[in-house]
Amino acid sequence: MNNNSERLRELIVKEVDELTTSDEKLELKSLLNKYPEFIQELNEQKKMKEVSKKMKLKSPPQEVFDSYWMGVYNRIERGIGWIIFSVGAVILITYGLFKFVETLISDSQLETIVKIGIIGVIAGIVIIFVSVIREKLTIRKTDKYKEVQR
Amino acid sequence: MNDNISEQSLLELSKKGDKEAFGMIVKLYMKRAYFSALALTHSEDDALDLSQEAFVRAYRAIRSFKTGMKFFTWYYRILKNLFLNWKRDRAKFVNDYNEKKENLIELIEDDTHQPEIEYARIELNNILWNEINSLDSQKREIIILKDFQDYSYQEIADMLEIPVGTVMSRLYNARKKLKDRMKVYINE
Repeated sequence: MNNNSERLRELIVKEVDELTTSDEKLELKSLLNKYPEFIQELNEQKKMKEVSKKMKLKSPPQEVFDSYWMGVYNRIERGIGWIIFSVGAVILITYGLFKFVETLISDSQLETIVKIGIIGVIAGIVIIFVSVIREKLTIRKTDKYKEVQR
Repeated sequence: MNDNISEQSLLELSKKGDKEAFGMIVKLYMKRAYFSALALTHSEDDALDLSQEAFVRAYRAIRSFKTGMKFFTWYYRILKNLFLNWKRDRAKFVNDYNEKKENLIELIEDDTHQPEIEYARIELNNILWNEINSLDSQKREIIILKDFQDYSYQEIADMLEIPVGTVMSRLYNARKKLKDRMKVYINE
């Protein structure tokens, strides 16, 4: 019964969707003769389909679709804007930090221990930042759903 | 869409960063995208937001789109994953995102102008939506994709990344479940 039952279900689905070929109709008929308990199931599913055929998903006002692409375009453009902004900010921050460290090292009045402390803080932040970026890039390379926001 | 430009050419142009070509792809699929998102989110605002965001993700990842693949099935997978993230994030604030039971299906106009028949149809519409909503998400998704969006079995299989046989058996079970719940009303 298992294979027949599986096939019968497939044919019922197709019959409900009015997609059965003439050969499949004959096959369905023969299987229904063999398993008459499915006749009622088929008829009821057909009735159900008749009900849902008279209904559809609600459409939004036309204006929603008129401005749809513009909405997508704005998001793409803003995304590019953020990337450029971020690259610029990273360059400026890196340059600023470099200059800061340079000034710090050349400052003879500042205690050596303070210099080491400040350089340690900066070096730590840089290592954490690089590590996070590297992890993100590794995930992007191996993740098939990389286009999905985490 | 311009008849001289095939969808494949538009996708190839989009891969090269042509936003106008991608815009034509968006316009071609925006309604299907919106309704697919609506079926997932059950909210008109969220459907618009999510379907647009999925197009943005699709644009960013367009280079990984394989030539010969159907754009919409690829897009649907992005949308579905985006939806799952959205649902997870939302669950942190709202216990049940399905709380919103706004009826999102409507009657197709017909020639009946008898108030009592019209009233019965509206009632049936509300009952049907409630019953669809009470199905588990897998059954609800397949019912909406097939019975309200009319995708082919193969398209659904590609979108959900499952074999066609599984689509058929899921559809059978979902329809059976829905029909059993609607039995009293459809036999009236």
